[in-house]
Amino acid sequence: MQRGNIFDYKNYLYFKLAVVMILIAFAAFMVFEPAVGHYGGSWIGYGLGTISALMVLWMAWYGVRKRRYRSAGTTQGWLSAHIYLGTALTVIVTLHSGFHFGFNIHTLAYGLLLVVVVSGFFGNYAYMIYPRQMTENMGEDSLDGLLLRIAEANKLARQIALLMPDDINNIVTHACQATHIGVGILEQLRGFQPNCPSALAVQKLTTMGNHLSTEQRKLHRELYSIMVRRQSLVKRARQDLMYRSRLGFWLYFHVPFAIALLVAMTAHIIAVFFYW
Amino acid sequence: MTKVITPKHFNTIIIGAGPSGLSAAARASERGISYLLLEAEQAPASTIRSYQRGKHVMAEPRGLPLRSPLPFAAALRETVLTNWEKSIADYKINVRYGAKVFGLHRTEKCHEIELLDGEILTADNVILAIGVQGNLRKLDIPGADVPQVQYQLDDPMAFQNETIVVVGGGDSGVENALALTGRNRIIILNRAEDFSNCKDSNLLQLTEARKKGALDWLLQTKPKLIEQNAKGEFPITIFAETPEGIERIPCHRVIARLGALPSRPLLESFGISFPTDDLSALPTLSTHYESSIPGLYIIGALAGYPLIKQGINQGYEVIEYILGNPVEPADTAMLREKFASFCSDRGVDDVLEKIQKNVPLLAMLNRLQLRELVLESNILLPKPGEVIFKRNDYSTTFYSVVEGELDIWIDNDDTIDDVVKAGEFFGEMALVSGRRRAGTVRARTNCVLIETPRRVMQKLINSVQSMRTILNEVAIKSVVQICIGVSLSSDELNDLAKHATLKSFAAGEDLFHEGDEADGLYLIQSGSVTVSRMIGGKEVVLFYVAAGNYVGEMSLVSGEPRYATVRAAIATEAVLIDAGRMRDIIARNPEIRGALDARFLQHLQEQERRQQLGTASESAGALGSQATPSNLISFLIQQGVGEATDVLLIDESLCIRCNHCEQACADTHGGATRLDRDAGPIYANIRVPTSCRHCEHPHCMKDCPPDAIHRAPHGEVYIDDSCIGCGNCQQNCPYDVIQMAVVHEQPEPSLWQMLLGIRPKPDIEEGGAKVAVKCDMCKDITGGPVCVRACPVGAALRVNPEELLSYAGSSTGEPRLLDSDES
Repeated sequence: MQRGNIFDYKNYLYFKLAVVMILIAFAAFMVFEPAVGHYGGSWIGYGLGTISALMVLWMAWYGVRKRRYRSAGTTQGWLSAHIYLGTALTVIVTLHSGFHFGFNIHTLAYGLLLVVVVSGFFGNYAYMIYPRQMTENMGEDSLDGLLLRIAEANKLARQIALLMPDDINNIVTHACQATHIGVGILEQLRGFQPNCPSALAVQKLTTMGNHLSTEQRKLHRELYSIMVRRQSLVKRARQDLMYRSRLGFWLYFHVPFAIALLVAMTAHIIAVFFYW
Repeated sequence: MTKVITPKHFNTIIIGAGPSGLSAAARASERGISYLLLEAEQAPASTIRSYQRGKHVMAEPRGLPLRSPLPFAAALRETVLTNWEKSIADYKINVRYGAKVFGLHRTEKCHEIELLDGEILTADNVILAIGVQGNLRKLDIPGADVPQVQYQLDDPMAFQNETIVVVGGGDSGVENALALTGRNRIIILNRAEDFSNCKDSNLLQLTEARKKGALDWLLQTKPKLIEQNAKGEFPITIFAETPEGIERIPCHRVIARLGALPSRPLLESFGISFPTDDLSALPTLSTHYESSIPGLYIIGALAGYPLIKQGINQGYEVIEYILGNPVEPADTAMLREKFASFCSDRGVDDVLEKIQKNVPLLAMLNRLQLRELVLESNILLPKPGEVIFKRNDYSTTFYSVVEGELDIWIDNDDTIDDVVKAGEFFGEMALVSGRRRAGTVRARTNCVLIETPRRVMQKLINSVQSMRTILNEVAIKSVVQICIGVSLSSDELNDLAKHATLKSFAAGEDLFHEGDEADGLYLIQSGSVTVSRMIGGKEVVLFYVAAGNYVGEMSLVSGEPRYATVRAAIATEAVLIDAGRMRDIIARNPEIRGALDARFLQHLQEQERRQQLGTASESAGALGSQATPSNLISFLIQQGVGEATDVLLIDESLCIRCNHCEQACADTHGGATRLDRDAGPIYANIRVPTSCRHCEHPHCMKDCPPDAIHRAPHGEVYIDDSCIGCGNCQQNCPYDVIQMAVVHEQPEPSLWQMLLGIRPKPDIEEGGAKVAVKCDMCKDITGGPVCVRACPVGAALRVNPEELLSYAGSSTGEPRLLDSDES
C-alpha cells in the first residue's frame, strides 16, 4: 500500500491542476492583450478576477469542509487542493491586476491575499517538519504525564533539599518555584526560558558538593540526579509546547487575514462595479 | 417475625435465592407444596445486589412472556430488588438466609443436604439455582469471618478515611483498590510477585497511584490470620506472610477479591455428570431440567441460561414438572412464531421432530438444546438462485439444511465445487477461523435452512461430544481443501482427515523451529503465524501468514531441516499432516506437487527481497537498525494486530495533532469518540492508537448477556441498541477500546460555528443510561470511516493484517518528504 501525504496526494493531482491553471492564465494573458494594456477592468481582467474570487470563496470553504464530518470524500484531498490551488491563485490574481498597484482597496485586497498565502506556506512548513520532531521528543509520553512527573520530582527534590545546607536548599526551591513551562506566547514559540532557573540549578549544583558531610554527599548525589532528570523533563515539556504552538501559530494569521481578505475583496468588487 | 419451626423433610428444597430460586419458591408457595429456600447470603439475589447502584436491569429476551408469580420487568436495580422483597413477604416464602450448603447427596429414598452448621435436611426433590457468579472464593484463614471482611465492593464512595487491605492482585482486586484511593489508605496484598495478570490499563493506573503515594502493595504475600482489636483506631489487624517475615497490618476493613470457583467441580462433587470433558460444558439435563441424579433439578445460569427472565420462567416450570404437570415451556409461543413460515400447520414438537429426523447433526442434541438452538437461529427459506453468503463475506453463522440443495463455489471460476443436500450443513469454517467466508453458497432448489449464530454452536459443541467429533473432522477436511486449494478425491480427503492432528498453540508458541527435522505440513485453521529466521545473530521476521494458508512446505519439498521458525502470533489452531503421509499424497497427486513447488519458489524470492531490505535499511542507518520492516511487523504483532481484521494506525511523522479524527468520530457517533489518538505505543513513527481492531474472534463478544455485539457482513464488530450497559465487554477487551458512555444526539454545527471551529452544545439528557460504545468502522456512514476521511494530512490509515506486511515494507527508510510544497 503506497502512502501519500498532502503534497503527493493522488500522484500530485492538484499540483498538476495548479500548473495547468497557471499556464492557461499566462497564455490567455499573453494572447489577449487589450489595446490600453493589461488592467483588471479588461475582458481578460474580469475573467481572471471572477475565477480568482470564486477560488477565494472556495479556499475559505475549506475551513467549513474540514469540520463537516458528515460530508463525503476525504479532507486530505481538499487540503492538497487548497494548498496547490491557493498558491496558483497568487499568480492568477497578479495577472488579474495587470501589475497596477497603488494605495487603494484593490491593492489592499491583493496584499491581504499574499499574507494569507504566505502564512499558509509557514503552515506547510510546520506540518512537514514538526510532527516527526514531536514524536522524537515525546515518544509515547503525553504532556500531562511529563507535567505530573515534574511535579513529583519537585516534591522529592524539595524534601531532600530541606536536609541540605541553605544555599543548596535556596537554589532548589528557586528552581522549583521560578521555572515556568510555556508561559506566554513568546516563550511557547521559543521553547525555552531565558536564564532558566532549573538549568542554572543543575549547573550550580555540580560545583556545590565539595564541602558537604559524607551523609549529605550521598543526598547530594541523589538530589543532583533528580534535578538533572527534572531538567530534561522540563526541556521536553517546553519543546512539546513549542511544537504545538508552532503548529498552530500561523493559523492566527491565516484565518483572520482570510476573513479580512473576504471583506476587502467584497469591497473591491463593489467598488469596481458601482463606483468605477 | 415469628420463628418458623422447620420440619427436617420437605417435598422440595430450592438452593439459591436468585431470580430462578425465588420464582420456584413463589410458585411452590402458590401450589402449596412443602418447600424450603436456602440462601447462603443474608439477603436474596446477591448477584443483582452486587450490581452498581442505579444500574438499569434489562428484561431480555423481549419477546419471551413472563409466566411466574415473581414480578420482573426492566427497571432500576433498586426497583427490581424492592419488588422481589415484597413478593417474598406476600407469598410468605419459606426462606432461610445464611444457610450454606456443605454437601448434597442422594440416598435411596431422598436427597440429603448438609448445611455448613452441621444441620441435615432431606427432600424428595432438590432444585439447584445457585447461578455462576455467587461462588466467590473466600479467605480460608482464621478470623476471616469477622464482619470487616468483605468479598465485594458495592459502593466505593461509602468508605472514607479508612485503612483498607485489598487481598488479590487480579483485575477485580486492583479495580476495587483504585476506586477507593484518594479517600482511603489502601494496601494490596498480592500472592504473586507482580501484577502480570492485570490488564495493562489497570497496571498503569496502579503504578501511577503508587508513585503518587495513593496506595501501596506487598508482593509474594499471603494473609495468615485476622484478629479483632478490642480498642484503638483500627477494629481489626491482618497478619500477612511476606518474603521478609510476618507483617502486622492494623486496618478498618479487608476486601478479598480471590476470583470465583468454577461451578463444574462443585456439581461433580454432588455426583452430577457432564456430557464432555470440557470445563465449560453444561451439565446433562432432561427436557424437564432434571440432572443425571433423579430428583435433582438445575435451572438458571448454572444450567446455561444466563438471562434473568429465562431463569424465572424455569423456576415456575420446574415446580410444575415436579408436580407431574407437563406445562408447555414458555418459549413455545416464540418457537411457533419461528415456524410460522415453515410447517405452520404442524405442532411445535412435530416440527422439531422433523428437523431432527432430517438433519442427523441436530439429532445429536436433546430436545432442550434443540429448542434453544432453534430459538436463537433464523429459519431461512431461500428460493432457487438466492445467494446465502458470498465468498469474502464476514459472517459467522452456521447453516443446517433441512430441505433442498445448494451449490458451493470455492474459487473464483464458474464451476460448482460442491453441493450440499438436505441433512447436511455448511458454514462450519466460521466456527473455527473467524475469517471471511471461503466460498459462495447459492440455493439450487427451494430450501429450508436453519442459520445458527456461532456463539450458540460453540456452546453446544462444548457440551455434545459427538457433534464436536463430526464438526472437527469436517473442519479438517475443509481446511485441507482451502489451504491446498486442489480438490482431492473424497477417499483421499477422508484418509487425510483421519490421520491429521489438530494442534493448538498459544500466542508466542513455536509451531516449529529453524533447524528442526520436518514433521509435516501445517495448515493454519485459525489465528496467524510469523515466519522468522536468524540472520546475523538477530531474529528477523520474514512473513506473516494468516489463517487459510499453510506453512512448513519448504522442508517438505527440499527434504532439508526447517528453514525458518514459525511462531503463533495469536492463539492459533493448525492441522498437522504428517510428513510421510504428505509425501505419499504428493506422489499420487502431481497437482499438489506443482502447487507446493510454486509456493516454495515464491517464498525463496520473497525472502531474498526481504533480507536485502533488512540489510539495506540497516546500512543506511538513518532510522537506526531497529526500524527494519521485519521489526515493525514484530512490533505490530506484539500490539495484537495479528488478531485484528482492521486496525487504525497513525503515522506520527504526518500527524499534526489536530484531533479532527477524534472529533469527527464523536460528532458522528453520539458525542463519544471511540478512539484515543494520543494513547498507544509507537514504533518507527507508527502509533497504534487505542481503537478497535475488529478482532477475528472478538473478545468483547464472549460474554454479552443480551447478545448485543455482532459482526457485520464486511467485518465490522459493533454493539446494537440492546446493550444493557453491564460492562462485560469493556472488561473483556484486552485493548481497552470499549468505554461506557451516555450516547446523545450530536447537533450539526452551523456554518459560522464550523468556520470558527466552535462545537455546539449537545442537549444531554439528565441521567441517561450508560451503554458500551466502540468503533463500528462507520458501517452506517457512506464513504467509510470518518476518522480516516477527516484527517487533513492523511496520517490516519486503516489496514488489515494482510496489508500490514506490505505497508511495513513500504515505510522503510525515510518516508518521502518534499522540501518545498510549491515546487
